[in-house]
Amino acid sequence: MSDAAVVETEHGHEAHQTYTGLDNVKMAMWAFLGSECLFFGALISAHLLYRNRTGDGPTRQEVYDIPYTSVSSFVLLMSSLTMVLALAAIQKGDQRKLRIWLMATAMLGASFIGGQVYEFTTFVQEGLTLQTSPFGSSFFVLTGFHGAHVTIGILMLLSLFAMSKIGRLPPSDANKVEMIGLYWHFVDIVWIVIFTIVYLFP
Amino acid sequence: MSTVASPTTPWYLRRPQAKTGLWSWLTTVDHKRIGLLYGYTAFIFFVLGGIEALLIRAQLATPDGTLVDADLYNQLFTTHGVTMIFLVVMPMGAAFFNYMIPLMIGARDVAFPRLNALSYWVFLFGGLFLYSSWFMGGAPDGGWFGYAPLTSNPDFLPGANRLDFYALGLQILGIASIVASANFIVTILNMRAPGMKLLRMPVFIWMSLVVNFLLLFAMPIIAVALFMMTFDRTFSTLFFDSAGGGDPILWQHLFWLFGHPEVYILILPAMGIVSEILPVFSRKPLFGYSFVVLSGAAIGFMGWGVWAHHMFTSGLGPAANAAFAVSTMFIAVPTGVKIFNWMATLAGGSLRFKAPMLFSLGFIAMFIIGGLSGVTHSIVPHDAQQQDTYYIVAHFHYVLFGGAIFGLFGGIYYWFPKIFGRLMDERKGKVHFWLMLIGFNLAFGPMHILGLKGMPRRYYHYQSGLGWELWNMVATIGAFIIALSVLVFIFNFAQSRKKGEVASEDPWDGRTLEWSIPSPPPEYNFEEVPMVEERDDFWHRKYKEDQKGRPVPVPAGGAEDHGAEDHGEKGHGIHLPSPSFYPLIAALGLPMMAYAVILQSWPLGIIGAVVALSGFYGWVLEPATAEH
Amino acid sequence: MNFLKPEGPISREADRLWDITFLISVVVFFLVEGALVWILVKFREGAQRGEPKQVHGHTRFEILWTIIPVLLLVGVAYITVPVIFTQAREPEGALKVEVIGHQWWWEYKYDSGVVTANELHIPTDRPVLLELKSVDVIHSYWIPKLAGKQDVVPGRVNHLTIEATEPGTYLGQCAEYCGLSHANMRATAVAHEPADFDTWVQEQLADSANDPLAAEGRELFLNGKFADDQQCIACHAVKGTPAQGIVGPNLTHLGSRERFAGSMFERTDENLAAWLEDPPAQKPGSKMPDLDLTDEQITALVAYLQSLK
Repeated sequence: MSDAAVVETEHGHEAHQTYTGLDNVKMAMWAFLGSECLFFGALISAHLLYRNRTGDGPTRQEVYDIPYTSVSSFVLLMSSLTMVLALAAIQKGDQRKLRIWLMATAMLGASFIGGQVYEFTTFVQEGLTLQTSPFGSSFFVLTGFHGAHVTIGILMLLSLFAMSKIGRLPPSDANKVEMIGLYWHFVDIVWIVIFTIVYLFP
Repeated sequence: MSTVASPTTPWYLRRPQAKTGLWSWLTTVDHKRIGLLYGYTAFIFFVLGGIEALLIRAQLATPDGTLVDADLYNQLFTTHGVTMIFLVVMPMGAAFFNYMIPLMIGARDVAFPRLNALSYWVFLFGGLFLYSSWFMGGAPDGGWFGYAPLTSNPDFLPGANRLDFYALGLQILGIASIVASANFIVTILNMRAPGMKLLRMPVFIWMSLVVNFLLLFAMPIIAVALFMMTFDRTFSTLFFDSAGGGDPILWQHLFWLFGHPEVYILILPAMGIVSEILPVFSRKPLFGYSFVVLSGAAIGFMGWGVWAHHMFTSGLGPAANAAFAVSTMFIAVPTGVKIFNWMATLAGGSLRFKAPMLFSLGFIAMFIIGGLSGVTHSIVPHDAQQQDTYYIVAHFHYVLFGGAIFGLFGGIYYWFPKIFGRLMDERKGKVHFWLMLIGFNLAFGPMHILGLKGMPRRYYHYQSGLGWELWNMVATIGAFIIALSVLVFIFNFAQSRKKGEVASEDPWDGRTLEWSIPSPPPEYNFEEVPMVEERDDFWHRKYKEDQKGRPVPVPAGGAEDHGAEDHGEKGHGIHLPSPSFYPLIAALGLPMMAYAVILQSWPLGIIGAVVALSGFYGWVLEPATAEH
Repeated sequence: MNFLKPEGPISREADRLWDITFLISVVVFFLVEGALVWILVKFREGAQRGEPKQVHGHTRFEILWTIIPVLLLVGVAYITVPVIFTQAREPEGALKVEVIGHQWWWEYKYDSGVVTANELHIPTDRPVLLELKSVDVIHSYWIPKLAGKQDVVPGRVNHLTIEATEPGTYLGQCAEYCGLSHANMRATAVAHEPADFDTWVQEQLADSANDPLAAEGRELFLNGKFADDQQCIACHAVKGTPAQGIVGPNLTHLGSRERFAGSMFERTDENLAAWLEDPPAQKPGSKMPDLDLTDEQITALVAYLQSLK
């Protein structure tokens, strides 16, 4: 996808010749993900500072449903598996399987989001909102930004699906799927960290 | 997405093809044009920030000035800081990254030309958005550092939306920086000419690499802090609300975790420029290349461990204060290593005092002063006196103006002939330099004294009878002399563009690859991608060393023929990225969404999101190249 | 405000560190800048013949100019770090005073029960431990001649020790940007010999004076309703009267203070009148509004305020 100037080897064909041998697009995504580590790191640090500042509102022990959140975490984890399968499919030239696994990933991601929406609605009913306490503020902002990242990922997955459907995602564009796969796995790993620190830490 | 446009491509996905005129500038993806856009825009903001400074200095020339009232003064010093940091020094650095990185590494463009264009348009719109606040209720007035809860609780400052402009504006600018940093990191790592190993790269490229990593990692932290501020203001979250259990000090930690690496983001490009200029005008290679590079990386790395030296008086406790005092002291070491290596480069050389060299020497001289005063800040018990006084203002202006701005001006004089094909007038350059040096020292030297005599910062007026009147007047005069020097520069720049002496490819007898191509460079930069065999490869194509180690010109005819005219045959077959208007469209969505927050308009927000998404999707779907 | 001439043991200790570090800095400055100038003169083009030798570096120099600064800095750290710790310790036998920062004035509360504003009265030769609190934004309490500053953060209690050796008045200012009148938030420390300090405390603890000549103003102050139904007693306190407001400065012994309105103005009839006429015009952002007082009301109130000795 990188439209950097390249030396033409044949008419209409691009040859990627990067100095390190690593694909430009993949390297850029790694750089971006590095930046995202700091983004979530700052949010997680703030939450660690505020997790016990519950004011007049409920504490985490009072609202968390660890078994429930474990299930939705598992769902998200499985979506990384389907993402890997999607990448394998395009690399093998199987557009149909590519679309199946892309859609599966998106659906699993959407289930995760749906689960979070339900979970947060319950929290609000139990008296924990953005405005209740620093715990509430930091919890919802952290998980909310994560959810926004998942949502953007779902949009990108559906876009890839659509592009494949109209024949605009050939195997030579596998690096794009890999790039979005990297993003998706990252979002998954961030959730593992959040789940551990926010939910599981005593 | 490697397709070529064809007659069946829908009109909105056809790549624009204009090469001249306004439309060509709006759709350009050429790193050189984008560099110029950054440079001109940053300079305009420099003038605006300078006017803000002049108003501040005019107000403070006398103790009970009535030129501006407290409210306007607070807006002025806030926007002056925000402007100079985010809209001048950073984008001017980006201008140089854009124009010079591909040229110096032997590349034809950056890794992601459209992403590059996006970062410019986002920057422009972010700056315009910020400045529109002047006409929409007032400019931000919480200081550039925006301490909560003064800024996070709308009760404490006048104006309903000023700090929203601040938070949202900086968020937009942050996106520009992060996007650009990913682009430049990939460019530097992946687009180097064959043979240009890391340790053969020019120091400017190394410093650019470090800076772009710093940007990548520092900007998200302030993004988080700004989100928290916006949420506290708009959604009544409790991040910084002490009554609700929040901690205002959290803002400071997050801000300075960004803010300290930020100052190295501001200075390292100029240090890179100086490292390029000194060898050329001393006719000697940079002394201790590896150590200069290593020091730059060390500064970038250690810069993460000193942030709380901005918070020595906030009550962190003696253990934290002591730890940060020590880390702050030691970050002076790699800086010193650079200065000594620069001096060793000069020593034994044959020094030509042209304008680029003068500004680089000014950098060194002024930065030494700023660096030394910085070390005195690390004496925590005495910093408790210095903090929030004009002594601090003196320090950072010495390193940011005497350092970064001087270095950037040096870069402009140095690379002007390459970019525009003409030389800037040397005599006016010297006038600019001396006026600016004198004005600068008159403006900021006395601030050390004012600070030590107890004058606090951010005061719209001050008491008479405390011994502050004289030095304030001197500082004001100095500021106006700086302004005069900038006028000289503007005149020189404009006149040289039209009537400057025509420059060859290599007017300074340079060492690096950009001097091996025509001035101005053709669109494709290098007709043939160079093969790099050593550091300062271009110099070694021109000169060998005799037994005493002195350079001797290589006989003519051994080098490639660079003098041939371009009959239109050069560059044949070189495929360049096509222009695109989608980066502009995508960028446009951002201020729309920001205004939606200010005006509390959901429809506008949705339109902005749609515009941004359309820009993004158009970008992804458009063919890689225009029709042939 | 000049802290290069400290007048208390704490500020003197910091000043000693400064003297050493500043001296080192000056020496380094002259050596390095001097070397730079010498190089520029000696090696300018034309003073040379031919091209210079292309030297790439010399590791010995690198080691030297890394080690020497490190050693210097180790020395600086060695003298500084202990002082950081000793100055952070709670001093023995200290007088404790609560300092509360408001936009834009300082309030002081003593254990003895004294509540006052603008002027911090302290005894000489005794450390004073200030407990710093804020009701709104971050301020910074600073009396330069006596000690460095410490920020005043809402939601936290920071501490600052100051000590004066000689009786006198020591000027200070708020040193953390806190809004419109940040520049108008002065702090003053008044140091007394211990016996005089005790006298001051007793005077401050007494009920307010009830001067019959100021009866009219007193009546207005306690019972008057002005623009928008505002009342003085809603914000201000005067001990020994029904006025118990805590939003604004305690005025019980206003007449004993040299200045008012965050120590902006000398306590003259003229200044007090101008203030009462239109407080926000005198002090940008003032929380005390324009009460639309008539000239007669102002004259009476000024007389009352001046009587509160």
